[in-house]
Parts: sequence; structure tokens; C-alpha cells
Amino acid sequence: MLVEKYRLEIEAILAKYPPEHKRSAVMPLLYLAQGEYGRITPQALQEIAALLGIEPTQVGSLIGFYSLYYDKPTGKYHLQVCTDLPCALRGAEAFARTLCQRLGIELGGTTADGLITVEAVMCLAACDRAPVFQVQAASGIHYHENQTVESAMALIEMLRRGLADG
Amino acid sequence: MAEHILLRHRDIPDIDELDVYLQHGGFAAFRTLVTTKTPQEVIDEVKASGLRGRGGAGFPTGGKWSFLTSGVFPRYVVANADESEPGTFKDREILERNPFQFLEGVAICAYASQAKTAYVYCRGEFWDLARGLDEDLGLLRRRGFLGQHLFGSDCSLDIHTHLGAGAYICGEETALLESLEGKLGQPRLRPPFPAAEGLYGKPTVINNVETLTNLPPIIQRGAAWYRAMGTEKSPGVKVFSLSGSVQRPGNYELPLGATFRELIFDRGGGVPAGRKVKAILPAGASSTILPGTEAVLDTPMDYESVAALGSALGSASVIVVDDRFDLSWVALKTSRFFKHESCGKCTPCREGTYWMMHVAERIEAGGGRPEDVSLLDTVARQIQGKCLCALGEFSTMPVVSAIERFRADFEAHMTDGR
Repeated sequence: MLVEKYRLEIEAILAKYPPEHKRSAVMPLLYLAQGEYGRITPQALQEIAALLGIEPTQVGSLIGFYSLYYDKPTGKYHLQVCTDLPCALRGAEAFARTLCQRLGIELGGTTADGLITVEAVMCLAACDRAPVFQVQAASGIHYHENQTVESAMALIEMLRRGLADG
Repeated sequence: MAEHILLRHRDIPDIDELDVYLQHGGFAAFRTLVTTKTPQEVIDEVKASGLRGRGGAGFPTGGKWSFLTSGVFPRYVVANADESEPGTFKDREILERNPFQFLEGVAICAYASQAKTAYVYCRGEFWDLARGLDEDLGLLRRRGFLGQHLFGSDCSLDIHTHLGAGAYICGEETALLESLEGKLGQPRLRPPFPAAEGLYGKPTVINNVETLTNLPPIIQRGAAWYRAMGTEKSPGVKVFSLSGSVQRPGNYELPLGATFRELIFDRGGGVPAGRKVKAILPAGASSTILPGTEAVLDTPMDYESVAALGSALGSASVIVVDDRFDLSWVALKTSRFFKHESCGKCTPCREGTYWMMHVAERIEAGGGRPEDVSLLDTVARQIQGKCLCALGEFSTMPVVSAIERFRADFEAHMTDGR
């Protein structure tokens, strides 16, 4: 149960919003659950709905709508490369392709050890520092800018050895 | 080099520390307002400055505030930090490097709007930035810049961050409010406008990060000082995000009315050696695309002059495309973006962006039929004017203008067998 482990965090989240509008806390609570379980589990979904007094389907619909929530198991680290127009004009598509080749996966795929999922994502608001990707991990979301395939592979090696966390 | 008004950290590198911000006049404007001015006097000053919304629409900021339904409380202020337009990365630099000027701007806006609570809605990808803002807000509470009875007055204010989770549509202000209420980020039918029924059905002001960051200097130095920069109808300074085929991409703070040439060549170092400016997207992916002609390069970047070219300045996110690239590919990239980001509420946008992407993909892959260019144009035009928010409209602009101005790029795919 989230509420046992994170009572203070949950209270702090709820305190941001008027008590009669605690549904507003659903997005931060989803992040809390995802940080704990690596995805939104059915149990967590039920617990969040009960905490906020809304239906589980109302919580569930958000997971499909917002791209940063996951309800299926994926790699421990999501390496999300921006391939939108400004980045693509600076070589981001080739970067993503080569990185996937080096990892032996398709874009959107996960490495055999379950560590890294590489995805193409929409604009990350870092167009001046392309190629850029973010790493989504249990610890949060962290940017890596002005990347090369070599610097990305070096980061992945650090993640593999547990010397970095996102 | 002129002093920076918004990107002040470029002159004062440690201004992201509260004490440094205070040493350079930080929160003097907010303190003066709270202790000596009425909210109406603040609104009048901002109206007089001519400040217009920097999120894209360019609506007069003071005017927006004065639409709040009178006598209805509580009211809310929401800072729109959902910066997600491809090519736009100005708010991110402000939040990262000059956060206290932005937060003082939120406080000034809240005072003028008589709101006691403000939210900063950050896109989910700004996770680290939001954590930084949370620390800054904690510091402001401890130091007495936020809380009850500020500076011994009756004024109270608190500011909270709220993280989105990856949805471009939440930059649209009514979708943002839905998201902040814990629902799907889908636009509302308007009217009622947020100034009448916004967050939790209460009068709400929503302003962009850069807009709010303009407020402390305007209050401190006065409307007349601000109006002396920029043009008569587009006063002040703007952060231009320059990206794509340029030597030095980045944010450049310039007076409104600086030319494309000044931004792309003088500041950005021009296109790579031997290349030419083929096309310019002045407002990110949501642009009517301009050809890279001498006349366009010499056009002042203010709201009126860019509109006179049949385009819009929007958030001033200038994406440069050089002559190695093909505009049918550009149209495919923007179509893919809008297809992904359509919230699905309005059928013309949901289906139209899907079909634009598929026809653009077919053309780009070399499998296009001769009528496909006209088909793509028709699909785009059938979305126009039929959607609740601007996303549907935005999705069509790069496609329609690319076909109109660079039709040969599309047709080349039909004949060269690529």
C-alpha cells in the first residue's frame, strides 16, 4: 500500500489543492505509484481512486491519455529520444537509429536484460541541444543534451553497472 | 551588448540564488505593490506597458486580467509552463536559470488578480525543473515572500507546482485547467472563458512563463521604460528560440521588431557553410511556413509584420530549414507531431491529423499517387475552422503552406521514384 510507506508525501501532495478538489492530486499520486512499482499497477490504481473518492476508470483513463504513465512492465530506464523537426534537422533520427542498432533493438524495444527501452518522443523543449534524450526512471526524469552515440552508450554502461540512476 | 531583461542570468550568472536575486533588486517590485498600490493600479501599469502574451496568442496581458468576473472569489492564477511546441525552449531556460524573476512575476500577477493561490503547471518532462522550483518556493515561504500577511499587509499568497505527464494539448489553457483538476487534458467549450469560470469554476488568469517574467522589470522601471523597447504595437523584448539549420542555435533576447536576418545570421551565425535558407517556421511546428527570401529575411519580427506575411510570430520559435531538406518531409514531421498530440475530442482534428500523416508518409515513401498532393491539401483544409481549440488549425498550417509554396518538393517524390 502506498499510503503506509508514503503517508507524509501523500499528505503534502493533497495539501497543495483545496480539500473539496482533491481529485487534482491524481497526477502526482500516479507519479508516486510509478516511482514505487515501475508502472501503475491495478492495485495502485484502486488505491489512488479510493484516496481521492473517484472511480478507478477515471484514474485509468489518464494512464492512456498521458504519455509518461505506464501500466505495462517495460525497461527499468526509458531512454526517450526527441526526433521532432528541430532535432531531426540536427541529426536526431540517425542518432536514434544508430543507438538502437548498437543495442540490438528496434525503436520502441527493450534490451534483453530488461534494462533499457529506447523510444522516439515528441519535442522535449531542448531543440538547441540536439541530439537530446530524457531518461525516465523510478527516480524521476532527467535530460541528457548534446549527445553522441558514444556518450549515450557510456551512460547506458553506467546504468547497467548501477553507477548512475537516470 | 544590451542588458538582458528576461535572460538576466546571462549578465548575473548566480541570479538563480535568492540572495543574489535580492541583491539585484529582486522582490522590490512585489513588496512595493503589496504595501503601496491597489490591484487596479497594477493592472493599469501593465496595460500601459503594452505587454502582450508571450505564449503564442499575443493577447494584451493587462486586458486579460481585467476580464476577471468582479466580486467572485476565490480566484486563481496559473502559470503555463507546459512548453511543448517543437522549436520552443525559452521558458525552460528562464525556469532553470532565472526562476525567482519568474516567481516574482507570478506573485505580481496574483496580487493584481486578487488571487491567494497560484499554480505553476510544468510539463512532466520538466521534472527536475519542478523539483528546483519546489525548493525555491520553500525558501520563499521561509523568508516571508510567500504566506499570510505579506510585509505586514492583508495580502496572502501561496504558489504550488503541478507536473503534467506528456501532452502538448495541456498548453492550451482550458485543457491545462482540466488537467490541473485531475481530468483528461481536453479543451473546454468557450465561453465561458477562464476569466469567468476557470480552475474549479472560479475566475482564473493563465499566463505564459515569459509573460510573467516581464512583470517585475515593468513594475520596477515603469510602463514608459518598457514601451521604449520594441515597436509601437509590439512593445518590449522577446526571447526568440532559434533552432534547426543554424550554426548557433539557442535563445536570443531581442527587442520585438528585430529582423529574421539579425536573428539567424548576426546572432545564430547563419546556416551551415555552403547552404541557403530555404524555409523558416517562425512559430515552431504551428507555423505557416515562410520561404527564405531576402524580403522575408528583412522582415521585422513583431506580431504585425509577421502577420502581414500571412504567417504569425506565435511563441517566436524560429526553425530554420536549409536547402538540403525537402518540405514534404517537413510537412510529414509536423503532421506526425500533431497526430500524436491531438487529444481526440474533436473529430476533424482526430481523424484529419491521422489522415494527413498517412498521406504525407505515402508521398514521402515514394508510393504517392499523382492526386495525393491535392488530397493532402484537401484533408488539411477540411480540418480548418471546425475544432474547439487551435491545435487542429495549427496542424494544417505547415502542410497547407508547404504545398502552396513548395509544391515541387512534394511532386518530386512522384517522379523520381524515391
